Amino acid sequence: MTEERTIRGKTAIAGLGETRYYKRGASPDPEFKMTLEAIINAADDAGISVRDIDGFASFSNDRNDPPRLAAALGIPHIGFSNMFWGGGGGGGSGAVANAAAAVAAGYIDVCVVYRGLAQGQFGRFGQGAPVKFAPGAGAFTAPYGVMSPAQSFAMRVNRFMWEHGIKQEALRAIALSSYAHAQHNPRAVMRGRELTEEDYDNSRWIVEPFHLFDCCLENDGAAAMIVTTSERAKDMKQKPAYILAAAQGTDFRQAAAAHNAPDYGTSNFKTLAPRLYAMAGVGPEDVDVLQSYENFTGGVLMSMVEHGFCKPEDVNDFFTPENFSAFGGKLPLNTSGGNLAECYMHGLGLIHEAVRQVRGTSTCQVDDVNISMITSGPMVQPVSDLILATDAS
Amino acid sequence: MTEATMQKHYLPEGLPAPAAAADGLGEEFWEGTKRHELVVQKCNACGTFQWGPEFCCHKCLSFDMGWGKVEPRGTIYSWERSWYPVHPALKNGVPYIAVLVELPGAGNVRMVGNLLGDREQKVVIGAKVEAVFEDHTDPEPYTLVQWRVV
Repeated sequence: MTEERTIRGKTAIAGLGETRYYKRGASPDPEFKMTLEAIINAADDAGISVRDIDGFASFSNDRNDPPRLAAALGIPHIGFSNMFWGGGGGGGSGAVANAAAAVAAGYIDVCVVYRGLAQGQFGRFGQGAPVKFAPGAGAFTAPYGVMSPAQSFAMRVNRFMWEHGIKQEALRAIALSSYAHAQHNPRAVMRGRELTEEDYDNSRWIVEPFHLFDCCLENDGAAAMIVTTSERAKDMKQKPAYILAAAQGTDFRQAAAAHNAPDYGTSNFKTLAPRLYAMAGVGPEDVDVLQSYENFTGGVLMSMVEHGFCKPEDVNDFFTPENFSAFGGKLPLNTSGGNLAECYMHGLGLIHEAVRQVRGTSTCQVDDVNISMITSGPMVQPVSDLILATDAS
Repeated sequence: MTEATMQKHYLPEGLPAPAAAADGLGEEFWEGTKRHELVVQKCNACGTFQWGPEFCCHKCLSFDMGWGKVEPRGTIYSWERSWYPVHPALKNGVPYIAVLVELPGAGNVRMVGNLLGDREQKVVIGAKVEAVFEDHTDPEPYTLVQWRVV
């Protein structure tokens, strides 16, 4: 008999660690120091020694490399050090998936997944580089003033909205629900900054169809989490968030240069989503709460459609702040405030929030959560997803 | 900046200039635009047009890649209007429009350029456009491919 090849239920997220989240450039601490702090906090939260960590996984070309981290933390040995390819937040869930795979395969027992960001120290994402030449693929966009992430994705979203007759109000609903949830979250950078429909409508354009409030924040901070076997997680301090499924990937020629992906109005989850649900043995109708990575609201829009939460023709009706509310909404969305209003930790914060929803400790707790899902990094290549559950089976 | 260059170039001076990749990919394209010709990578083995340029054909995997001259006409596939200056050179250059133009003469590959004319014009997906070659001299000669509605 062939053993089924799956990580389903074999691992769990057992510890969460964060630093304080700061506005971009406002951190008093360097990035590496914050990363150490987040990892120590994650081990403490799990109720283990930081010396029990024997694996490291990160994403988006994180600058804080495992050998230095392990040396600094006095970790006896490293059995796994791993970087998920690709930029932006496409690898948030993917880094957890790699950690889970390494744990399930027996390479290691305890993996920390981490991300540190100090843009004050290292420069911004939302600005083009001050260079004289743009070689290679950049030559086909940068000389035309297309060089920021917002500009790289706006044309995909405009195309999708045109193809399906999606109204601006759909994007607005995503922004409003994130800001509403952030008002309950003491960690949220935008707590105390309420957002109304008028505020959104009157806010400046960054690049059409994105207003200011359609764009993620840029922040300083660090986040980390502990991934271990389901068996070990049961004996640790917190209620485990079992990893029911993880998937990563990219669709046909999505990374073709100069915006030449044949299927263009997409967030790049079309071949991934069916694999994710098949591994989990659940469908979108079973998801109790969703954390959907918002680099830009338009990415949330397309990824929710591609994960089967809503048909394109129903978006204008379904996308309302009421439907996305943690307090009685049909599909509670981004319940910490997410990348738009809590903090932009390249989406690792969204996974923290999904775990809190499983534990029952969110500041916008949804009732009776069994299935808690994360989609990471719409529109980049590759992207990734996780499905967490209160029960390993 | 002189009045003449203002009119000659859609965007202000000081943005990065295009260059071939360090491994040489794309050189023929930028040589072509200097001659005011639009050339796209084309597989010598199976005839597939491919953009951006790559070392092999994604259809038949041949490494025998050539270049095909293309009619500089297309249709607007998508667009965006930028209001935030993402580069210091754009501080006084917003808003501006970028379009993604599909080239039916080259297997529907797409190119990014600016849409000339009123910067606040309504952009229509599906509108027919033609290329306008925009010559630059700084920091060295190069030519961008811009588009205007026909």
